[in-house]
Amino acid sequence: MNFRYSAAVVLALVSAAFALDGQIGIHDPSTVMLCDGKYYTFGTGGSSLVSDDGWTWSRGVAPGRRGMAPDVIHIGDRYYMYVAANIGGQPKAAVNMISNRTLDPDSPEYKWEEGGVVASSDGIEDCNAIDPGVFLDPNDGRLWLVYGSYFGYIRLVELNPRTGKRLNPDDQPRDIAINCEASAIIYRDGWYYLLATHGSCCRGTDSGYNIRVGRSRKVTGPFLDNMGIDMIKGGGKLFLGSSGRVVGPGHFGLLDLEDGVQKFSCHYEADLDRGGASVLDIRPLLWKDGWPVAGENVREGTYEIESVRTGTALELAVEGVPVGGRLRMPGMPGGGSGIFGGTGGIIPPQDVTQVSQNWPAGNIDLRLSNYMLQAQQKWTIAPVADAGGYPGSPYFKITIAGTDRALAATDEAELVAVPAFTGAPEQLWRIEQLTDGAYRIMPKAVPNTREALAISAVGSSFATLARFDPGGDRQRWYLNTP
Amino acid sequence: MMTIRRYLAAALCVATVTLFPAITVAQRRSGPDPIGAAHRLAPTLTRPASAERAPDADGFIQRWLVLEPIRIQIRSNAQLNDSFVQKTVKAEYFNNQYAVIPRDRDKVTVNGIELMWHAIDTSTYHVNLYHFARALNKPAFNILFWAVTIVDCPEEIRDVRLAVGSNAASIWWVDGREVIGIYGDRHMVIDDGVSRRLSLKRGQNVVRCAVLNSPGVSDICARFLDAEHKPVKGFIVNLEDAAR
Repeated sequence: MNFRYSAAVVLALVSAAFALDGQIGIHDPSTVMLCDGKYYTFGTGGSSLVSDDGWTWSRGVAPGRRGMAPDVIHIGDRYYMYVAANIGGQPKAAVNMISNRTLDPDSPEYKWEEGGVVASSDGIEDCNAIDPGVFLDPNDGRLWLVYGSYFGYIRLVELNPRTGKRLNPDDQPRDIAINCEASAIIYRDGWYYLLATHGSCCRGTDSGYNIRVGRSRKVTGPFLDNMGIDMIKGGGKLFLGSSGRVVGPGHFGLLDLEDGVQKFSCHYEADLDRGGASVLDIRPLLWKDGWPVAGENVREGTYEIESVRTGTALELAVEGVPVGGRLRMPGMPGGGSGIFGGTGGIIPPQDVTQVSQNWPAGNIDLRLSNYMLQAQQKWTIAPVADAGGYPGSPYFKITIAGTDRALAATDEAELVAVPAFTGAPEQLWRIEQLTDGAYRIMPKAVPNTREALAISAVGSSFATLARFDPGGDRQRWYLNTP
Repeated sequence: MMTIRRYLAAALCVATVTLFPAITVAQRRSGPDPIGAAHRLAPTLTRPASAERAPDADGFIQRWLVLEPIRIQIRSNAQLNDSFVQKTVKAEYFNNQYAVIPRDRDKVTVNGIELMWHAIDTSTYHVNLYHFARALNKPAFNILFWAVTIVDCPEEIRDVRLAVGSNAASIWWVDGREVIGIYGDRHMVIDDGVSRRLSLKRGQNVVRCAVLNSPGVSDICARFLDAEHKPVKGFIVNLEDAAR
């Protein structure tokens, strides 16, 4: 990981979120696609980014057609790319389809084939046919394309899922939203969601881009926001706006990693830590009360790791010391004010250097216990440089706060805390927010197995590694600020 | 909370003596075999009436050999931290205490006091050690219990975990290997302490525990869980075979 800020700045931003690593400059990125183990996204002007792990990105190869704000979908054995171009002064534009068997330019099968125009605007009608978003309906396999940019309506046309082309060129496009752009449709639990970008783009830190959403029981709309306002009348519930060190998010793209892990891609018009450049990001996609919510990738910091299954906290299996020391009764040496009288002063946080003196020097087992604000229960999560990552985040080390004692996977697929972090794969952790806001925590590798395992609560007081079950709470964890 | 526990313990004392006077009288009259005449030892505890016993529908082991409680020096359950429990349990109380497979009514002498092992069946998923002690007119508070059972498997069962609950702190062994320690002022809930993965070999597997308690109810429960967290039920408990 090539952090571009100094160590001092890093310290100042103790709970900073991490943008992606590498070359992530892009504008109007497509949905992120996984092809033969690599992640790809394509932007305006023939730009493209590629990544082996979804964390570190580099410049890719321009696709077969350059244009504006492409989108890509994988159906069967082909990748269909929809890319727009002005065919005169805006809003005279057209969306072209090109397709390929692979997105890997090094593959012998790599060859873009032209598929023709699938939507257009004549420069007069109330639409600007750019910014396509393609959607395959999981319910009936029908394929749809939304497009449009500010000038008039966001429109919907049906495509042929076998060819990627327009199903019936004579069908009238349906108007489903107004005065926005970069639209995309996704589906979940009986609802179709239209995500579109409002506000102005292309003005750096002055860009008002923000992503808004409405939902409908039908793919054709109407898409209403949380107040019942139709997006065709300008409605839209805020999904993501500017925050932290980034300005102007836009161009939502769904990245479904399955097993209850969904993410979304977007670009920020300006990343303050990158001089205001437009950059790619990948973040968790959460769901609350039937609406999508933008999650945040794990921030560096110190946390209680609480089991959703048990409500108990992951801790070193060492004897805890009550915060402030054991209760002193009146009459005892240094006697206190009794059970309920307190000490009369402020009790400081527990000093790990003091309470850890009796901890074993070697490996220490893990267990779950009531969270009691004790040192063996506080974990510092910090990114590990040059260790790679996964979509949206780097690998992390998880250490007892104030020590180098690091959480690790054993060769028996159990958990242990080793005396010092070495950077070994079994000490690197993939921490991903699930759609309900809890986290899944997985080691990069487990010795003696290639199976992907996650930290799992077993019973009330024990934690192990097990296959992730998206339908249960055993592998779900809250990261609570102590 | 400690106060509540004390009240609860006192209330249970009264309830036990009030509700089951016949049992206590019967065992007082029964001489060297205090529970032999009437198989019922306590509301949930009886002497085994069959050679074998399968685990219950949820996999809980319902047949145990329990040693009459050993008095220990403890003021309250607040003392039951890791080091106290480890030190107290691992003092030597009787010969071969981590390996012995006792027979029903075997006796050991601990600190000059003769204590008897009792084979018991529990009608519930857990073993109420408080009932056990009270029914035998033994101390029920500030005590250490030892319990042993034999899990007899027709075939090796791999990738299982021992899952236990206890009131209060306890340490557990499977075939001599310490696999669980749960500490503190613990209340019994199922699957509170869970071991790492282990294998039950074909034939006899010895499960042993030591339970410490100050005032209040004391009990244990134990079962094995498979890789899918389902109860393991493919074994029987046969203490008669073990004794022979």
